[in-house]
Amino acid sequence: METGDLRGAASAAQVHPALLFDPHEDWRRAFDPCIQCGLCGGACPLAHAMDYTPRRAIHLAREGLLDRVLQSNTLWLCVSCYTCTARCPTGLKITDVLFPALRDAAINAGLQLPGEFKRALDNTYRYGNSLGEGPRKRLEWTKGAGVPVPVISQVRRRVEVLWLVECYPSYHLRNQVQAQAMARLLHAMGVDFAILGPEEHCVGDCERLAGERGLFESLVEYNTSLLDKYEYDVLVTGDPHAYNALTRIYPTITGRTYPIRHYVEFFARRLDALKPLLTHRIDARVTYHDNCCLGRMCGLYDAPRALLRAIPGVSLVEMAFSRENALCCGGGGGGMWLDGVIWQAAGERLSDRRIGHALATGADILAVSCPFETSRFEDSLKSTGHEGRMVVRDILELLDRSMQGGTPA
Amino acid sequence: MNIAVLLNMVPDLVEDLEIDASGTALDTQWMRYVLSESDEHALEQALLLKGRLGARVTVLALESGDAEEALFSSLAKGADEAVKITGVSPGHSKRALAATFKEALKNMPSDLILTGVYAIDDLDGHVAGLLAGMMGLPFVGVTRSVEPADGHVVVQKELPGGAAVEIEVGLPAVLGVLSAPQPPRYVPVAKIRETRKSRALVERVTAPVQPDGVTIRRLFKPEPAERATMLEGSPEEVARQIAALLRQRGLVR
Repeated sequence: METGDLRGAASAAQVHPALLFDPHEDWRRAFDPCIQCGLCGGACPLAHAMDYTPRRAIHLAREGLLDRVLQSNTLWLCVSCYTCTARCPTGLKITDVLFPALRDAAINAGLQLPGEFKRALDNTYRYGNSLGEGPRKRLEWTKGAGVPVPVISQVRRRVEVLWLVECYPSYHLRNQVQAQAMARLLHAMGVDFAILGPEEHCVGDCERLAGERGLFESLVEYNTSLLDKYEYDVLVTGDPHAYNALTRIYPTITGRTYPIRHYVEFFARRLDALKPLLTHRIDARVTYHDNCCLGRMCGLYDAPRALLRAIPGVSLVEMAFSRENALCCGGGGGGMWLDGVIWQAAGERLSDRRIGHALATGADILAVSCPFETSRFEDSLKSTGHEGRMVVRDILELLDRSMQGGTPA
Repeated sequence: MNIAVLLNMVPDLVEDLEIDASGTALDTQWMRYVLSESDEHALEQALLLKGRLGARVTVLALESGDAEEALFSSLAKGADEAVKITGVSPGHSKRALAATFKEALKNMPSDLILTGVYAIDDLDGHVAGLLAGMMGLPFVGVTRSVEPADGHVVVQKELPGGAAVEIEVGLPAVLGVLSAPQPPRYVPVAKIRETRKSRALVERVTAPVQPDGVTIRRLFKPEPAERATMLEGSPEEVARQIAALLRQRGLVR
């Protein structure tokens, strides 16, 4: 049974579809109300490395000097952390409209795109995932799950949960462990679930934010008709970006709503069933990193913390910057594919700065709930010389550990 | 200037290749085809020349898996015409493939014929050279840039050992492109989708070519002669073992 509404008011934030998708609509008009206060640039964690802050980019675009913005590094340095959007007193959609529009303009103007960025887009168009892996390999992670993972095309009936595994948990070695943990949790709780398997394609939120409008539209078409093929009560995903797109963006395009839950929300609503399974102690100080899509954009702050508190032995400590003020890991909205570009411009990765916030709490474990974050923060622990000081674990891995026992995280 | 670009579709290695029951061909059940990488560069080279000279670019590909995608995407990138060659299946023979391209290029006067210098199923780079021989045209392979000059082109070609050579080539000519001077351009998906709706492919039927006396007897995966040795232990121990092995084999002193 699901109880309570854990979603905050922020989920009501809507994007006018025309601004995102009608090429004849001049998106610059949407920024006419900008009062040039500069809060966006002040809030942006990468503004110091940008040729123009978002405020200046808006000003130049309004004055007909868009070309200057397109030639600058500004458009490639946004990692879609939504901090500017959250701070803007006029409520302008800087993250959802301005940056995708700038990148769309750059892509259509035939500007030379950063190599890794281009490759990720090519891969998504061709294979349905940015990692460039084949559809057949989407099922490989299930071999290590230790429990049956049914594929919906073979189940041929209505299921309670259709689980959108998404690309990184399907293919990335570090994230496959999280998918396996999730399968064991669903199985142990007796949830009737299935996955899409080789048919699954990326939901496309990062491609949307990366400004590849046509690619996102084609993914929306594909996914909409794929989801129409099957019957389910709810969609569950471990990917905050997929959750963001299906909650806020898909409905503006398709005119329909999707019963989508991130796993933190899904499990938190079933704590009564989950808690008795969490029998092994994890005696550790744990700090939780609020990711941008679940936090700032969708207001899911309490559910992940409720899950961590449910694990016996865990003592939860907060970072100085948490919840609405959490610093982004730098991987969102195409950031995963602009890592080299951003590092060259800024001289650091946001995950390097953020790991400092986590270390300052003295926690043993940094808990996360987004597939991008485990590898980004683990890399940052190494690159900043703090390997061994703390470990990074997805909440799924901690729940699974508490359920199964074994060596401490 | 008229430029023809020959596109070859090759097995996409994103899925593991498997051999079919006949033992002489690849199992195509899960296999997809992808445009050969050096052909992408040949197209980019042609589009760069078009940008500078206003050349007319025609792309040609044999009707095969995913070839339409490559042809439409070439149109979206800026090619003027895309030709789908039908009625023929040259199989594995690169000589037959070259003969097919020659046939398709008939009545299509071209100053430059560009194609990738090699493909993963043509590592010895036969197609461009064979085609030039059949057409009686000059041929240069492994090019990294093509510059127009008065009535000819100046081509930079890579040589083994890190040297490069600049060659003047009279037209018409066949060039085997290794790389264009800049990475192949990105074409927005919206443009490909729009092109698929608004443009059509030209179909050209060619007659089957003569078999060339080369037959595949067996297709197989090479078996490793010796098993690999896995080094075990802590990173320090493994590093010590590697260093000892390198010294033992005289690779370092």
